Amino acid sequence: MAAFSLTVNGKKHEVNVDPETPVLWVLRDHLDLVGTKYGCGIAQCGACTIHLDGRAMRSCVLPVSSVGEQKITTIEGLSKNGDHPIQKAWLEHDVPQCGYCQAGQIMNAAAFLEENPDPTDEQIEEAMNGNICRCGTYLRIKAAIKTAAQINS
Amino acid sequence: MTLVKNTIDRRSFLKVSALAGGGMMLSFSWLAGCKPTAEELLTLPKEWFELNSYIKIGENGVVTLMSPNPEFGSNVKTSMPMILADELDVDWKNVIVQQADFFPERFNRQFTGGSQGIRQGWKPLRTAGATARQMLKNAAAQTWNVPANEITTEAGVLFHKTSGKQAGYGAMASIAAKLEVPKDVPVKEIKDFKVIGNSKKNVEGANIVTGKPLFTMDYKQEGMLIAMIVHPPAFGLKVKSVNDAAARAMPGIKDVFVIQTLADDYERNGFDTTTFTELVVVAGTSTWEVLNAKKSVQVEWEKITDKNVVVAGWGGKQTVTIPAGLESTLTHNAMMAELSKKPASVLRRDGNPEAAFKKAAKVLERTYSAPFLAHNCMEPVNCFAHVTSDKAEIRGPIQAPEFIMQTLSARLGMPREKISIKLERMGGGFGQRAYGHHLVEAAVISQKLNAPVKMMYTREDDMTYGIYRPTYTATYRAALDENNNLVAFHVKGGGVPEHAVHANRFPAGAVDNYLAEGWQINSNITIGAFRAPRSNFIAGAEQSFLDELAELAGKDPIDFRLELLQRAKDKPVGENNDYDADRYAGVLKLVREKSNWGTQAGNRGVAAYFCHNTYVAEVVDLEMKNNQPIVQKVVAAVDCGIVINPDAAVNMGEGGIVDGIGNALFGELTFVDGVPEKNNFHQYRMIRQKEAPKAIEVHFVKNEHEPTGLGEPLFPPVFAAVANALYKAKGKRYYQQPFLKEDISLG
Ligand code: FES
Ligand code: FES
Repeated sequence: MAAFSLTVNGKKHEVNVDPETPVLWVLRDHLDLVGTKYGCGIAQCGACTIHLDGRAMRSCVLPVSSVGEQKITTIEGLSKNGDHPIQKAWLEHDVPQCGYCQAGQIMNAAAFLEENPDPTDEQIEEAMNGNICRCGTYLRIKAAIKTAAQINS
Repeated sequence: MTLVKNTIDRRSFLKVSALAGGGMMLSFSWLAGCKPTAEELLTLPKEWFELNSYIKIGENGVVTLMSPNPEFGSNVKTSMPMILADELDVDWKNVIVQQADFFPERFNRQFTGGSQGIRQGWKPLRTAGATARQMLKNAAAQTWNVPANEITTEAGVLFHKTSGKQAGYGAMASIAAKLEVPKDVPVKEIKDFKVIGNSKKNVEGANIVTGKPLFTMDYKQEGMLIAMIVHPPAFGLKVKSVNDAAARAMPGIKDVFVIQTLADDYERNGFDTTTFTELVVVAGTSTWEVLNAKKSVQVEWEKITDKNVVVAGWGGKQTVTIPAGLESTLTHNAMMAELSKKPASVLRRDGNPEAAFKKAAKVLERTYSAPFLAHNCMEPVNCFAHVTSDKAEIRGPIQAPEFIMQTLSARLGMPREKISIKLERMGGGFGQRAYGHHLVEAAVISQKLNAPVKMMYTREDDMTYGIYRPTYTATYRAALDENNNLVAFHVKGGGVPEHAVHANRFPAGAVDNYLAEGWQINSNITIGAFRAPRSNFIAGAEQSFLDELAELAGKDPIDFRLELLQRAKDKPVGENNDYDADRYAGVLKLVREKSNWGTQAGNRGVAAYFCHNTYVAEVVDLEMKNNQPIVQKVVAAVDCGIVINPDAAVNMGEGGIVDGIGNALFGELTFVDGVPEKNNFHQYRMIRQKEAPKAIEVHFVKNEHEPTGLGEPLFPPVFAAVANALYKAKGKRYYQQPFLKEDISLG
């Protein structure tokens, strides 16, 4: 056990956990932030995607001890009122089916659009290829990202 | 009917939301965010008046509609209340949708599966809406002292035209709630639908995109422990002994023990499918600690012996043998090849197939096969249970709560009235969650620990636990006469542990001489419903075969099918033909038109299938890029009768198509000595963004047939449409799923 100080969604939190604990479980079990999902635990599905200083990261393989000063953003903190352009576009395209993969999809898409505000279809496909959706909402995800890019510009 | 008056003030509303934990109790269709603002709270009524199980109206006209069925992503939580709202005649923006708990005395058929939710909910929901509307009219008639049949409604307002009187539903709700419930209230004319047929957004959309705790996996309660299971690494093994010393000593671990979920002599129900009745359980305070401890539990396994269990299913009681043995895919395949050559049980015979084959000008015979598939719902199996001495509270991702209630009750030694099941949103279902073994597991664990428990599987547990789509094979034989007419058709199908032949489906009824046979091989690998069970294999096989047969007959594949359907309509063979030839032909004609079939070039494949009461035809266009197939476009034509929520219906269709392409190209689970050869997504290839079709169009046949489901029917035919398009691209037929395994590079 060790104490860690984390900045999550702009707030400071102290946790006392095993240094190896993946950020995913710190968020879900210790900070009550359960929007970030567990899908595979081995960085293969993207359900657990968060932002670390704005970059998309798989929180299921990210030990809490490696976070340091970096700021964590989760789906709960992506926007204050659920009105990030990606969230708005997601609602406009009514993307989700079961919804389980969607927090990860949204977090990945939001970080990607920051880096590439005007992406081509191929770039979207490449960037989003790590996020599995068993329900098969891929087309709507792509369409929503394009809409969000327009909202942004 | 009992009339319950529920008072809900601002404070209690907030309490309700906070208590809900596992999911917002109330979904506000008019809220973009999740927390209601002060202004929105003011719009909440002070008092609710219940008109029936499905409908509550507040004194200010706000309406709560209960969504009866569990939600796994097919959007019934939006579409079922839409049916209520239309018959009740209320403005959708004044509607709050609430998920019903499992309450069979109050709600009709709380089962999401078999694409039956909308089909079977249609009448009860319409009746509930129309009856409540009539009660409001009666209340107004009584209040205004006018005949009820002179009262009209519009968007939540009652009118009496001649006297000029009007009142909102809210003003009449308290009176209506006390009235007798009228019988045989007529429902609307289809032409008068206002909500049905007009797309409404998913009522949970805002909650999903902001990461609200909607799933059982997200549920938490004071004092709750986390439990995980260790199950045998192979089918055919069971626990011999456990050394839990190391695990027990690890931080955060409360207990390690073995549970037996079902006694050996327990008479099982049809949906009690459970692979491993003995499980090692590790319980502790946090997920990470339990995960680590689980790895250090040492278990010695031993082989099972043949076990007979009694299963009560729809067809009555049966004794089923769970065979001993460590099974392998290679052995399965060899046995299947052998049995394919032997005669099997005759499921249907028309005419004289043997004689017709002898006389044929041309005979085509082909064999198709497909592997076991794992469900891989994105939310791994999990369940919350809190069992105390006098009651059990269960929350879980469960499609069919009714099917597991009896077993829960028997296993906990508690009458079913003491057991409550909350229907949490499921992170996928696809049939896997029709089987409630996880509810029993969680309940038994909670009972043993005497604490609230969330039991969760890791992805590895989920993928290796069973309840798979079976492995199948089917051999098709067809005879053409000298004019290339189909004169005989023979299908023989088998699988482990079931075959996939539907003897009375097309082309039965369209061929004079027809034979369907089936055989099966018993197994200890558990199987279960998987998005369009059986159809998900046999459609691909049959529709690939018909494509090849059309080619042999020198006919266009759509024309060839239409000819057969015309025959089935004009002069059907046999009596139990399980399809409507006109509606079947209808989707083929629609897909022909919408895909520009016959005029547009490219690697195109077509397939059509009827299952789960819905007709579907699909055209797939694909291109090869670096020797990989890229699906450019899929055009689907669907006849599911009246479409409730068009955009959501399209979404569901897209999902079925994407999922089908993924499973056709990549889906596979194989076994060596009882051990599944894949246990997570680094090995199990799922379709991803790059492999998804670039475009999908879903077109609906417009008619006034009662609505049927969409969760499954678009899935099966796409396997064949892909195979037939691949043939165009590669000049080679694909008989074995997954197609990308048959010829890795497709080179
Ligand atoms: S849970 Fe982290 S990538 Fe799957
Ligand atoms: S919406 Fe269900 S897994 Fe993506």
